[in-house]
Amino acid sequence: MCRDCGCSLGPTASRVPFAAAAPAPKGHVESIEVITAILDENDRVAKHNREHFDAQGVFALNLMSSPGSGKTSLLEATIKALQGELNVAVIEGDLATENDAARIRACGVPAVQITTGNACHLDAQMVHDALHDLPLAGLDILFVENVGNLVCPASFDLGVHRNITLLSVPEGDDKPAKYPVMFRGADLALITKVDLLAHIEEFSVERARKSLRDVGFQGRVIELSKRGGEGLDAWLDWLRAEVAARRAVAA
Amino acid sequence: MHELSVCQALIDQVERVARDNGARRVMSIVVSVGPLSGIEAQLLEHAYPLAAAGTMAENAELVVETVPVKVRCRTCHAETEAAPNRLVCATCHDWQVDVTGGEEMLLLRVEIERADEPVA
Repeated sequence: MCRDCGCSLGPTASRVPFAAAAPAPKGHVESIEVITAILDENDRVAKHNREHFDAQGVFALNLMSSPGSGKTSLLEATIKALQGELNVAVIEGDLATENDAARIRACGVPAVQITTGNACHLDAQMVHDALHDLPLAGLDILFVENVGNLVCPASFDLGVHRNITLLSVPEGDDKPAKYPVMFRGADLALITKVDLLAHIEEFSVERARKSLRDVGFQGRVIELSKRGGEGLDAWLDWLRAEVAARRAVAA
Repeated sequence: MHELSVCQALIDQVERVARDNGARRVMSIVVSVGPLSGIEAQLLEHAYPLAAAGTMAENAELVVETVPVKVRCRTCHAETEAAPNRLVCATCHDWQVDVTGGEEMLLLRVEIERADEPVA
């Protein structure tokens, strides 16, 4: 297993000689111009997922962050706050265990766990397969909680309407500068665990916002603390507005 | 290290192109990769032999063309190169810019070997 992120590529298996062993051509050689996105098959499935969501009027979003920055905790708090108001379901992505799906189900909403084995990200096909176990009819919001990883998930469109990236205070305010692709692609950034600001002097919200701006992030930033409840209303209002916007499109 | 997944998608596409064009095997593959695509050229090269093993592209040469990040300034309209984590105009330092290059993750060209036409 890869020591960097747990994917199936072994660190010793990565250098295999090639090209040098290629036999000389026997037939005639021809160059074919292609120019297509390498991930066009993923993009095709993502578009298909989006059509599923739109047909059912479901607002779908993808939560991405490092492991341990508070994605599942945020979902628990969100589900509790929206109980009786909006119908929510969750697709959970992890390398292993049903732990997160079990936490979500304990909140009384449907959850499907995708265990990726050694893969370091979710792709559109995995989400599509999970949708077979998750009836979308009657749902208002579908959260996809991606594998905790600030690198790989950024490259794969899942077909959701919005991408959210979380940055927790203990991680440091320069995370966007270190992982620019992930933060640049987000529509909304959540700075989580702000109740820890009192204990972690190194973290400056101002520097985090500047770091986000430098990588080209143009969305809104909400500061959240699950424990203190700070920012939760702003986050819920953002969700409500997005759900209303989806319904307006579907109508 | 999602480069292996990306490589597998690449090989699927290359094999499709090769089959559609009656190829016997693939000689070389040219791709274009920008820093904002989220993949590393070097890691792509390392993952490639694993993804290509047992396919028509086994033994083919992978050529990765890297392209720089480019931004166009909304204020002074200059197009300049930028660092991936500092997307600002190099001329007037304004951060109100549009990215015009560096997001590429493209298959550009496939070189194939065709079986010789039978002599009539």
